[in-house]
Amino acid sequence: MERRESTASVSGPACNKVKSAALTAARLRLVSCESCHLLLRAASADEPGFCLRCGEKLEVRRRGSIATSWALASAAAICYVPANLLPVLNTITPQGSDDDTIMGGVIFLYTSGSWPLALMVLVASVMIPLGKLVSIVYLLITVQSGSFKSGRERTRLYRIVVFIGRWSMLDVFVDTFTVALVQLQPLMSVTPGPGVLFFAAVVVLTMLAAEAFDPRLIWDAQTPLEDAHD
Amino acid sequence: MPLESVACPDCDLLQTIPPLAQGHRAVCARCRCPLAKRPTGSPDLPLALAIATAIALVIANTLPLMDLHVVGRSASTTIPGGAYEMWTQGQRMVGVLVAFCAVMAPATYISLMLALLLAARRAVVPHWAGETLRWIGHLQVWSMLEVVMLGVLVALTKIAQLARVDPGIGMYAFGAAILLIPAITTNFDKRTLWQKVEWSDGKVPRVSPALRATK
Repeated sequence: MERRESTASVSGPACNKVKSAALTAARLRLVSCESCHLLLRAASADEPGFCLRCGEKLEVRRRGSIATSWALASAAAICYVPANLLPVLNTITPQGSDDDTIMGGVIFLYTSGSWPLALMVLVASVMIPLGKLVSIVYLLITVQSGSFKSGRERTRLYRIVVFIGRWSMLDVFVDTFTVALVQLQPLMSVTPGPGVLFFAAVVVLTMLAAEAFDPRLIWDAQTPLEDAHD
Repeated sequence: MPLESVACPDCDLLQTIPPLAQGHRAVCARCRCPLAKRPTGSPDLPLALAIATAIALVIANTLPLMDLHVVGRSASTTIPGGAYEMWTQGQRMVGVLVAFCAVMAPATYISLMLALLLAARRAVVPHWAGETLRWIGHLQVWSMLEVVMLGVLVALTKIAQLARVDPGIGMYAFGAAILLIPAITTNFDKRTLWQKVEWSDGKVPRVSPALRATK
């Protein structure tokens, strides 16, 4: 099979000892624009200024990355409880009304015979948000304890968290279109419950927490920002 | 084209991007983050795809996604209709969020993309195109059409137990848009465009300006 991927070449002395003293932009007091990836010399470490090419605000590392990420992840963890306990849908029929939580929706799909869909909703609405929270907390703890092990795996975990985040919105959209379509008063109607708001909050907060986290911090433990010798 | 020096966005390692053959991509030597790619298609392909997506999106947002029939009564909904129903049923915040992720973000994304791709046909790409590309990057995360589609399908399966549900024309247009959007991203080479963008001082540098001051 043809290899369609090439590795970028590492410049300078980093070539032979990537693990011990990799040459990072921050060590050379350069800053890479987060938007257009232009390399620029930082005016100063605290106030690097704005990108000359695209106008994005430059940051050596995302500002307040760890604190912001912790705050957003904690808020998401708090919302996760009501999101799963409060009803997301309320079905009103002449026989009475019926509340459904997220798990209730999964069980309904399972018992009505569509187990692949039930599994999909279970993964997207219960397992992904929880997995994301655990992953973000794990990344934050390892960065704060200065761990320099398995950097590549942790960076991959970060990329998975960012990529998968949007899929937890699934249940919000399922509820939206169920509500929008089943409006057949007085026969049957469906209204959204308060759980939807908390669930949407969990998804948005974890997405923002992942965006606030700076993956370059994972690698800073093995390549200190300032060289010890200069 | 001169070799370009970049710092990996995920691990900050400094490296040079080697010349790439068509259809190849470069990844970071340390953390394997994708750094650059060279698409195979013609440079005009993304523009053609973006125009097709814009048409599909207009249809998907105006025509009904699905119709529901139950004992002589029927109902139908569109994508904006879903968000509006959430608003009227008391979940206003969720309604706004759905409207943003399902309608506003994709629509803005594709409008900006069209403007950008038209601007990219010039020899020197105007400075505002750079700003546009920056906003596209921020919007991409929040444009969730494929998730919306899956949500609609799950809702459809749930309701199909109670009533007859028929997919509408909007649904097919929606499906087309979902297939077209990733095709734009894979065939669009951001790095080449950035190299042609006019800077805020009105110049287009030929070499990687790693050592220029920001002030």
